[in-house]
Amino acid sequence: MPLNIVVLAKPVPDPAAAAEKLGPDNRLDRSASPSVINGNDEYTLEAALQLVEAHGGEVTLLAMAPAGGAETLRKGLAMGATRGVLVTDPALAGSDAWSTAKVLAAVLKDLQFDLVLAGFDTSDGVGGVVGAAVATLLKLPYLSSAAAIEPNPDAGTVRVRRISGSGFDVLEAKTPALIVGTQLLGAPRYPSLKGIMGARSKEVSQRSLADLGLQADGSDAVGGGAARTEVSARRTPPARGAATVVRGSAGEAAKAIVALLAERRLV
Amino acid sequence: MAGFWVIAEINPDGSLARASAELATLARELASTAGTEAHGIVVATEPSAAAKELATYLGDVIAIADPSLADHAWAQVAAQRAAEVIDTSGPTAILTGAASDGRDIAGTLLALLDGAILVNATAVTWAEGSGESVEMSVFGGKLITTSSFRDGVDVRIVTVRPNVVTAETASAPGTVRTESPKADLTLPSVAIVDHVAAEGAAAKIDDARIIVAGGRGIGGEAGLELVQQLADRLGGAVGATRAAVDAGWIPYAQQIGQTGKIVKPQLYLALGISGAIQHKVGMQTAGTIIAVNRDPDAPIAEFADMLVVGDLFEVGKALVAELDARG
Ligand SMILES: Cc1cc2nc3c(=O)[nH]c(=O)nc-3n(C[C@H](O)[C@H](O)[C@H](O)COP(=O)(O)OP(=O)(O)OC[C@H]3O[C@@H](n4cnc5c(N)ncnc54)[C@H](O)[C@@H]3O)c2cc1C
Ligand SMILES: Nc1ncnc2c1ncn2[C@@H]1O[C@H](COP(=O)(O)O)[C@@H](O)[C@H]1O
Repeated sequence: MPLNIVVLAKPVPDPAAAAEKLGPDNRLDRSASPSVINGNDEYTLEAALQLVEAHGGEVTLLAMAPAGGAETLRKGLAMGATRGVLVTDPALAGSDAWSTAKVLAAVLKDLQFDLVLAGFDTSDGVGGVVGAAVATLLKLPYLSSAAAIEPNPDAGTVRVRRISGSGFDVLEAKTPALIVGTQLLGAPRYPSLKGIMGARSKEVSQRSLADLGLQADGSDAVGGGAARTEVSARRTPPARGAATVVRGSAGEAAKAIVALLAERRLV
Repeated sequence: MAGFWVIAEINPDGSLARASAELATLARELASTAGTEAHGIVVATEPSAAAKELATYLGDVIAIADPSLADHAWAQVAAQRAAEVIDTSGPTAILTGAASDGRDIAGTLLALLDGAILVNATAVTWAEGSGESVEMSVFGGKLITTSSFRDGVDVRIVTVRPNVVTAETASAPGTVRTESPKADLTLPSVAIVDHVAAEGAAAKIDDARIIVAGGRGIGGEAGLELVQQLADRLGGAVGATRAAVDAGWIPYAQQIGQTGKIVKPQLYLALGISGAIQHKVGMQTAGTIIAVNRDPDAPIAEFADMLVVGDLFEVGKALVAELDARG
């Protein structure tokens, strides 16, 4: 039986560009950096692609992001995802984690899936909480810290090796289920040239809040206006003093290290 | 009864997790500045040992014994049991850890209690009248932001990083109340069908005073052995970058960084580590950082106290000899 997998893939400022910045309103200035798919979401996408290669089926990328997110998702399509769904709406700028979870849950209600995969956390939010909130809203079984994912489509179940304090727990639940992945799922592939060409004609459908039947004000309380938290101030942390640079022979270097350790009472 | 609530995490042997002792200390301090109370919750098949330990840190501990946890995933059940006893009739702040179990609990409670969340706090203050401020380190440590909850938010959840406070027991121990699970669980259950012990999972880097960490530069077995020797000589633990973990040299449980552990040792000795931003966020608050790298322009130079430019094998061996010579 083929598998339908939705991968939650967030467009984030590219950490490698190191150009992230907050705007004057203390919100993330998304124009300051090039946007990429959140690194940890590429790991879950890789796992999803391997699963559909083994079982058949389709992988849908789901993102909530500004309109430019459609281009960011192309890389995931080039890696092999079937299609993208982008929720984009000016009212969503400045959404907090709770609002994000509500919006993603609203889209998932309209999609058919056996598994939803979320990343371990995002490089811009570093919360690692959206997955659990979405699972709870949709009352989906929630399997986190996954090092391996083994669906049994015929039985309608999935097993996950969850990293634990003493090794792994093997978890089992009915599908549909939501799984949070880790890097132990395996490194993401690079898109092939063929994949890149093919991605151009794949569909990224866009939905607004109205399409989802959500209202920013009102009872749904989603989007920037309904955010329940705010950043009130920011500062640059004090820099560590410049490093003492030691060159010379290995013996001299070792003596210099031990001298510093002794001075700081670390040996 | 409003106030601060800590949902404790427990070690595989049933004792209280160190991060939860820190959280309990923080909750007690915040409750005193905010003029309210601190409560702790322990949910487990056998909660009493951890509950007693938790009560050495704060006044009121609720122990909930849930037999279903014998063979069901912990965090989501714990969150549901906690939601049964947390009083949300007044302003409420819930503190959880920022590692995987704490995140699972926080995300679940966010949805169950229709709350608001601030994540990955590096400092928290809460004053009567002026309210709370929660600091977070963002963009790989480039910036520290101060955040707060908007007015009208009643259930306020904060995930707190390890090592933000030092665990200190209270002057007098608190009391433990025992409660039974109140209702059937509303979220679908996730069964644990097997436990697999893995080598390395028990290696404790979280509270190590000294960490010797290896990166891609250690190259394999020989380099790992050198890292291990240095850790032994210095009385420290072995840490790793993702590159060293992905190569299979060091177990994931010892990875430091954004998707690994956040550590704060007094000494961090980095061998063959470039200092990528995702690694830096896990160790930049270490007391002393010494890096050995043959590339003088490696990013780690920007946040190390000492950069030794040279081959890690040569310098490492000389350092072992030097430490041995000191006896
Ligand atoms: C989403 C995401 C999450 C991530 N999470 C983490 C994380 O939690 N932790 C983490 O560590 N990384 C993480 N990374 C990976 C991170 O970006 C870097 O790739 C990684 O930290 C690099 O590891 P490294 O320093 O060991 O390797 P490299 O960057 O390859 O550096 C190796 C260094 O060793 C030096 N070297 C080589 N040989 C020698 C020698 N013989 N003597 C002396 N020096 C030598 C080189 O000059 C170089 O500076 C993450 C990445 C992503 C995308
Ligand atoms: N705006 C978003 N669009 C798509 N997926 C998201 C979004 N925000 C969070 N996620 C998913 O939730 C995971 C955890 O995010 P966070 O809680 O923000 O760290 C990410 O790795 C994604 O899989």
